[in-house]
Amino acid sequence: MGLFDKLKRGLQKTKDLLFTDVRDLLKAGEILTDAKLEEFYGRLILTDMGVVAATAIREELRAKHLGRTIVLDELWSTIKAKLKDLLKGGDGAQWAAGDPLAPLNFASRGVTVVLVAGVNGAGKTTSIAKLANLLKKQGKSVLLAAGDTFRAAAVEQLTLWSQRLGCEIVTRPSGSDPASVAHVGGMRAVEAGVDVLIVDTAGRLQTQQNLMKQLSKIRRVLEAVIPGAPHEVLLVLDATTGQNGVSQAKLFSEAVACTGMILAKLDGTAKGGVVVAIRQQMALPVKYVGLGEQIDDLELFDPDSFVEALFEK
Amino acid sequence: MFEGITESLTGALSFFTKGRLTERNIEEGLRAVKQALLEADVNYAVAQQFVDRVAQQAIGAQVLKSINPSQQFIGILHQELVQLMGPVDHSLHLTPGRVTVLMLCGLQGSGKTTTCGKLAKRLLEEGQKPMLVAADLQRPAAIEQLKIIGQQLGVPVYSEAPGPGVNAVRVCESGVREGERNGDVSVVILDTAGRLHVDDELMRELEQIDRRLSPHQILLVCDAMTGQDAVNSAKAFNDALELDGVILTKLDGDARGGAALSVKAVTGVPIKFIGVGEQLDRLELFHPDRMASRVLGMGDVVSLFEKAQQQFDREEMEAQQKKLAEGKFSLTDFRDQMTQVRKMGTMRDLLKMIPGMGKISEMLGSDFDPEEGLSQINGIIDSMTPAEREDPEIIDISRRRRIAEGSGVDPSDVNQLLKQFTQMAGVMKNIAGLGMRDRLRAVSQLAESGMLNPGASLQLSKQRSKRGPEDKREFQDKRKKQRKEAKKQRKKNKR
Repeated sequence: MGLFDKLKRGLQKTKDLLFTDVRDLLKAGEILTDAKLEEFYGRLILTDMGVVAATAIREELRAKHLGRTIVLDELWSTIKAKLKDLLKGGDGAQWAAGDPLAPLNFASRGVTVVLVAGVNGAGKTTSIAKLANLLKKQGKSVLLAAGDTFRAAAVEQLTLWSQRLGCEIVTRPSGSDPASVAHVGGMRAVEAGVDVLIVDTAGRLQTQQNLMKQLSKIRRVLEAVIPGAPHEVLLVLDATTGQNGVSQAKLFSEAVACTGMILAKLDGTAKGGVVVAIRQQMALPVKYVGLGEQIDDLELFDPDSFVEALFEK
Repeated sequence: MFEGITESLTGALSFFTKGRLTERNIEEGLRAVKQALLEADVNYAVAQQFVDRVAQQAIGAQVLKSINPSQQFIGILHQELVQLMGPVDHSLHLTPGRVTVLMLCGLQGSGKTTTCGKLAKRLLEEGQKPMLVAADLQRPAAIEQLKIIGQQLGVPVYSEAPGPGVNAVRVCESGVREGERNGDVSVVILDTAGRLHVDDELMRELEQIDRRLSPHQILLVCDAMTGQDAVNSAKAFNDALELDGVILTKLDGDARGGAALSVKAVTGVPIKFIGVGEQLDRLELFHPDRMASRVLGMGDVVSLFEKAQQQFDREEMEAQQKKLAEGKFSLTDFRDQMTQVRKMGTMRDLLKMIPGMGKISEMLGSDFDPEEGLSQINGIIDSMTPAEREDPEIIDISRRRRIAEGSGVDPSDVNQLLKQFTQMAGVMKNIAGLGMRDRLRAVSQLAESGMLNPGASLQLSKQRSKRGPEDKREFQDKRKKQRKEAKKQRKKNKR
């Protein structure tokens, strides 16, 4: 297979290139050429930020620095400023780093309802467990509703988490209507007077219209039980996801009006750059990032450190 | 499926279908192709290499001198795509008389456990006797999940309760031993825990299983929605385990699926299967040529054809065919026919596979749900008495009102269905005489004619001109046959 060998060799070269620090690519004192810009563009693409965002950054660099001597700090500030600009959106939403619950929108009184949705295998259940843990640590009482009645053993999975966390869980047998789980969960939450109800849902591809309608129904049911609910609708996005993440964010938001994202599995080599594309095309902020398999591995999303991490390694 | 990538490439290629090719617009077009590939999550380096290679082939006298340069260019693109994604090897290399061990591995959430079930189902259908081994001790309730899947399929599942001393390596070993001892097992499928390729400890565990058991086939399960990182993880798994194949999952969404190109290009490991739905029968063979056709917007009739062959209940079809030929076609048959068609997948899936129809399903917009129309039709038919179904002629105003009430629709909807049915009965009669492929084409025509949307105003059959739509088909068939005959004759003469 001559083609593969060629490809492999080519990739090796690109790989070497990409695994050297950007700082080696853009050496101080050299002239910024088109070729260098193009290489840097490849680097940007590899973060999954998408052609549009990468092009925007490249063009910004081209306009400001092309043909000039590279001054690293200047280049960096241009890149970072542009990226952060793309990430924060117009409103520049930022939350206090000290309070881990700052991004969440709590009900002014009564139960706060958090609905969690996402595609299959994104990491919803694990993220819910982590979020519940975070809430408990901050002294909130949490009730879980096992709304994934479709996938085999999904209810058991969340039940096991609830036992480990020591919080109550509402379940219905596998195969029952998830909206009914949401309903019972809502009733129980009010009855028990918990602070936060987290509703799990089955993973679904955003193109499955009947399942998306089912999701909207869950939202409506929650609204009916607890006025103003759900207060947070979090979309769980796998950090390895490519440009399909944009479609996920769009279609899930259409169905349940997402208020934010949890970027899961950011502990691999994936950069999760697609959130840049998502942020750029719609005002959906990342609120938390999942950084590992342990229950404590959920952190506040910080655009600054995220941008730094995009270019690491 | 690959709709996204198809769309953007079609856009990129419209460049080439217009006007003459020059070296300059080839380059511009190639840039567009590269951009389309990047938007489809094809790895940057792979996309670059691909474009360079196509450029090498395309820029030069060869193309410029050819009669239809744009066609030739698309041909080159197609060929290169096929080469990049092929060659395939669908075989799992099962050895008769010995228990074959398959190991599935991949990142978290890529769909390993579900794919285990799908593979088991496929093997069952091939007459094999699979057994599942629950070696995912990481994720809570993963063992439960596999057990439930095993139960659904009637396939044994080997598992050990988690506890001290129980580790994945041991479970796999005992599982394989159990499979060998059982005597009624021909394939053992190991479901390993999802892991990150940078997690050294867990990767070592996989290597250990590999060393101890040397599974006959190691398959990587890869999410089709993966972005640029697909190459990194696939490469790491391949370096650690020497993969034998890749299974690409979640291709039923709108993922552009560039990962398919990337993974194949970087590892050289063939993609064997693709997962196209949550149900356990939604596992298909991977065909690079078809995928390439799809990528280039040529549709995928062959896939559709195979799907139909699998799903259509032959006997039932024959019975219906007989009825049709005799001109007896009742609403009950109509409903059965639709159920058969539905077994093949959602209408939208089907539409996408027929060349040119993908666009139509796009045009229908996301609100349009063909399934809804079908279930409404089902509801109406369900509300009829058996006598009415056999002979819709007897349905009068009061019967119609009753049916409408029973199925919660407007009386006019019932009327519409009846009109459609009368029309269709005529078409069906014609279909009865056709082969499978022609029949499918006819079904798709039905779809176009509004069968999918009972609310749409129907064209009533017009006065047939001398060569009306139906005669035209017969005429075409006749022509085709004549051409075939002539060809045969020529061959004979040559000899």
